[in-house]
Amino acid sequence: MNRHLDRAGLVVVAVVGLGLLFGLPHVLELFSLLGAILYVSSAILAVSLGLIWGFGGILCFGQAAFFGLGAYTYALAAINLGESTWPFLLSIIVPAAAAAVLGYVMFYGRLSDVYVGVMTLVFTLILYRFLGHTAGAQYRIGNAPLGGFNGIPGVPTLNMPGDPGDILGPEEVWYLSMGILLIVYFGLRWLLASKFGRVVVAIRENELRTELIGYDVRFYKLIVFAIGAGIAGVAGCLFVNWNAFVDPNVFSLGKTAQILIWVLVGGIGTLIGPIIGAVGLEYLTTLLGTQRTVDPNLVMGTILVVFVLFIPRGLVHAVVAILRWFWTSATAPRR
Amino acid sequence: MDLAVVNLIDVLYSIANLALISIGLAIIFGMMRVINLAHGEFLMLGGYTAIIATQNGINIWISMLIVAPIVVGAIGIVVERLVIRFLYGRMIDTMLATWGLSLFFIGLVTTIFGAKTEGISAPLGYFEIGQYKYADYKIFIIVFAVALLIAIYLLLRYTRAGLIARGTMQGADVAAGLGINTSTVYAVTFTAGAALTGLEGALIAPLNAIIPSLGSQFIAKSVITVIGGGGAFLTGTVSASTLFGGISQLVSIESSPVFGEVALLIGAVVLLRMLPTGITGRFFRRSL
Repeated sequence: MNRHLDRAGLVVVAVVGLGLLFGLPHVLELFSLLGAILYVSSAILAVSLGLIWGFGGILCFGQAAFFGLGAYTYALAAINLGESTWPFLLSIIVPAAAAAVLGYVMFYGRLSDVYVGVMTLVFTLILYRFLGHTAGAQYRIGNAPLGGFNGIPGVPTLNMPGDPGDILGPEEVWYLSMGILLIVYFGLRWLLASKFGRVVVAIRENELRTELIGYDVRFYKLIVFAIGAGIAGVAGCLFVNWNAFVDPNVFSLGKTAQILIWVLVGGIGTLIGPIIGAVGLEYLTTLLGTQRTVDPNLVMGTILVVFVLFIPRGLVHAVVAILRWFWTSATAPRR
Repeated sequence: MDLAVVNLIDVLYSIANLALISIGLAIIFGMMRVINLAHGEFLMLGGYTAIIATQNGINIWISMLIVAPIVVGAIGIVVERLVIRFLYGRMIDTMLATWGLSLFFIGLVTTIFGAKTEGISAPLGYFEIGQYKYADYKIFIIVFAVALLIAIYLLLRYTRAGLIARGTMQGADVAAGLGINTSTVYAVTFTAGAALTGLEGALIAPLNAIIPSLGSQFIAKSVITVIGGGGAFLTGTVSASTLFGGISQLVSIESSPVFGEVALLIGAVVLLRMLPTGITGRFFRRSL
């Protein structure tokens, strides 16, 4: 029954995903389509933490750091290079490399979960404080001033690979973003079903036992951490493309909290949960932004507390539990 | 020479300040293994309480030293009874829930007071070191921090309440078996930690612009001081504040306060890499 539900879920995701990919540009106006691109970027970011936290069992309070690194890397490289193919690739490579170094320090230092959380948080804050301080003219990389809290304006948009003159329009960026989300989702489904993925999940379940069987736990954690960071980097690249602007607030505590809430509300230990959480809560945030009586933080904080206390495994698990209950009561023999 | 004296006092002040903003968190972490990420907001609430009390005509010392701890302590009781007590032993869940509380308080204060800056001027005057002027209030903070830490030590070491607290900290099961209501001990400890944090928030209010998001400036520093200090919270806080506060202030004097803070954070990463269980995980293990 579990397998049925799982396979049905996969088909539903594929159909809905492809439907959105090809259907949405025909349904939505240009402005709404731009909004949808932002939602997709958030969804990719949420999936990246969903992988690291939900499957790797690594409590990462620094996903915003990798997102921000991706955004900054793309912005700086695109301004300097004048085209977008390498900047796009670099926005994956740089965060993944940063995560590999940080992961080496943490996992090969055998830090346990809470300390990993604090370490990643500190890493994010170092970037936040440092980039906030780079307002002076001496802080520049190539042609691109870092700009401190004023950020970097006028970031070039993505262009067709190899043809810097052919800039992607909103529709093409939509196909790219949604395409990446689908590739990431199904790629990770495949990865988690592979031997590598099974070892990663085994480590989450019982680290000591996995190590005693003979797997190098540190190495697996490092790799999954770096993969997650690379995915967060792509999300950052898409975000800065959408925004044409990046400032140190991508590294703020608020951003980190937001990503954690998406994943927790959607469902830890699933890939679709974080996507649902990100899209749903981004929508809620937009709604809250249109009124002035209640501060959005108040609502987000309440949601987080309520979920930790009452629905700690998130919406997807809750819905699955309800479905299962219906299934068993429908198939159970009647008395 | 005068500059050296000023710098020395600055370093001492930096250490005292770090110890003050961390001790409330350290008590809660040391006793219950709960990392309260709403700690920064308790500081912020203490600051707001002091300012509002002062603006309403209460003497500034009374509003800082008495009103603020009472108000924030009361908030602490409510938080502990409504949220934290369900999550003991689930360290990560408490971190997430208290992060939610942190956002909740930021949102609540923004909704009530708006996102504007409040402030009160520091009491006490200045004294002169050669050509430099130095605020008496900063000296008061240093003296107060030392007195507070000594008071906490004496309370834990020589009173019956302190004995119960230490017993519960070392072995909650054994303490419960001996007839101690550990749930009450936890509630009292959390309240005391919150009240102290409120007091500290009030004390730093004259030196900082108080805004709803004030807590985010302090939370990381406090958390890494407490984590860096390790399990024995009093010794840990003192040693980690000395190390981190010293590094931060010395780098600040050489370059700028922002790099001082970056140096503090990098110092924390290096320290945790070398001593994953904090300073007192390796040294002074039998201390308080």
